[in-house]
Parts: sequence; structure tokens; C-alpha cells
Amino acid sequence: MKAAVLLFPGLNREGDAMRAIEQASGHKPTLVWHAEHELPAGTDLVLVPGGFSYGDYLRCGAIAGRANIMDAVRAHAARGGLVVGICNGFQILCESGLLPGVLMRNRDLRFICKMQHLRVERADTSFTSAYAKDQIIKVAIAHGEGNYEADDETIRRLEGEGRVAFRYCDEAGHIGGAANPNGSTHDIAGIYSEKLNVLGMMPHPENLIDPLVGGTDGRGLFESMASFSRAA
Amino acid sequence: MKARVTVTLKNGVLDPQGKAIEGALRSLGVEGVASVRQGKVFDIEIDAADPAQAEAALKAASEKLLANLVVENYRIDIL
Repeated sequence: MKAAVLLFPGLNREGDAMRAIEQASGHKPTLVWHAEHELPAGTDLVLVPGGFSYGDYLRCGAIAGRANIMDAVRAHAARGGLVVGICNGFQILCESGLLPGVLMRNRDLRFICKMQHLRVERADTSFTSAYAKDQIIKVAIAHGEGNYEADDETIRRLEGEGRVAFRYCDEAGHIGGAANPNGSTHDIAGIYSEKLNVLGMMPHPENLIDPLVGGTDGRGLFESMASFSRAA
Repeated sequence: MKARVTVTLKNGVLDPQGKAIEGALRSLGVEGVASVRQGKVFDIEIDAADPAQAEAALKAASEKLLANLVVENYRIDIL
């Protein structure tokens, strides 16, 4: 798999993302600076990592979402290429127009950094084929603005078209109530684009790839993407 | 030319920051505060031939970057 990891000033998870991609695919991804106009030739996957691009100035992801490289990412997505945005990367994809909706301040105003269970809503996409449908996975969340909001029509479409990728849940898989850490609409932790080739998610699967640091439930995402690219 | 762009949350969008400020004002004993919504103000100096041209440029600025139209409205005032 040929992967590109984007780098904007203020991101801090690019190293974790690159390690996770290399572990799953056996290939080292290329780090691409935001001012570039082109992705490396033959790129299969673009990963937008987490952090605090431009210090979260204006709105989270707002300035990064309009960087030069995002035109190339939009073209890559339009060709059916894979794009995944994690945490600030999800916010950047929403601000760039690649995904609908917006990530608002957490319901209780706190920055939340903890382990969190998620339910995998479907296992037939390029991002989740290594999981089972309805599988409960345990990953980390670390965000202040993860409260997914969109207008009613957009939410209806996301639900109707099966575009919710992950939902927050508790250890037993129960959805709602205290299992929702940030007030996100319909407990949404991640969503897909219309063609299911763009994924945005707040949680950090790239940090759960080694038993030494708390678990390996995040590996499935990277293994899914690696096997998709091999098939393509 | 000087202009001001004001960006506010649309009605119905939850504003936890505004709520927190509202609570703080109450606890400070400020009377009569019914609700608070937080927004942003951008004071912009712009080179333009006339106010209409400035307004057109600021409309583009607002829609391209300053406001996220999913949840925010904007207002342009040429000062």
C-alpha cells in the first residue's frame, strides 16, 4: 500500500499514524507537507492525522482544510482513492468539504482523554473489513471538539445510507447515555463519505496497535486499508 | 476601508461555551441575563474601490473561511 500522511503545522500524531500504517502494510508512508500541490504518484491512501493544526485557531481544522494539498486530496477522493482523517484529521475533512457536518465543543466543555469503546457499524468497507459487524473495540479518545453535529437532513442521510462508521458505546456494547463522551449526535464517532472511500473519526486507532501500550484493537483499521489496497 | 464581520452560531445550535459564560455571569450576580451566545468579530481593513466591492470580497471571505455555514451565520458591516 502506498500511503501519504499529511503534515500541517501543529499536528502531533503523524508519527503514530506512520508507525501503524507501516506495521499493517509493511511499507513506510510518505510524509507530505501541506503546501505541496500534488500527492506522490500512485498514492492509494491519504491519512490526515490528529493534533492541533494551526493551534485550532478560528475553528478546529478550518485553516488546514483550505491548504494547497487539500485540492489534491479532493481529486484523489473523487477518483475513489482512500482518505482517512483521525481526530483533528476528521475536523479537517469536515472543514474541507470532504465530509458533511462539523465537530463542535464537547457537551461538558472538557477536553476528554481516556479509553473508549466503539461499535463497528459495518464490516464491508475498505476501512473495517478486518473487523466484524457490531464488534466492540477499545481505543483512545483525546479531544475537546468531538461533538458531531449536522442538520437533520444530513443525519437522516448518513443513517439511511449506512454511513455511520463507528458509534460510542460502553464495554457491553450499549449505546447512549453515559457511553456518549461528548454529546455527539446519534453517538456518532466516525462517518463515511457517500462512496464509502473517505472516513473521518474522532478516536485514535493508531495508538492501539501494540499490547505494550494498552491493546491492539486499532490494528484492524490499518489491516483493512492495507488489504484493500493490495486487492486494488 | 474598514469593515467588521460578525460570525454567530445559528439558532438551535448548542453553544456550550455561551452556556458556561451565562452561568458565570449569574454566579457573579449580574442580573437579568436570560441567555448568552458566543460569537466572533473580525475587524478587517480592505482595499476596495467602493463599499459594494468591499462587501463582495468580504462575502467571499466569510463563506470561504470565516464562517462555517453548517452552524454559523455571518454579518458584514462596512464601517
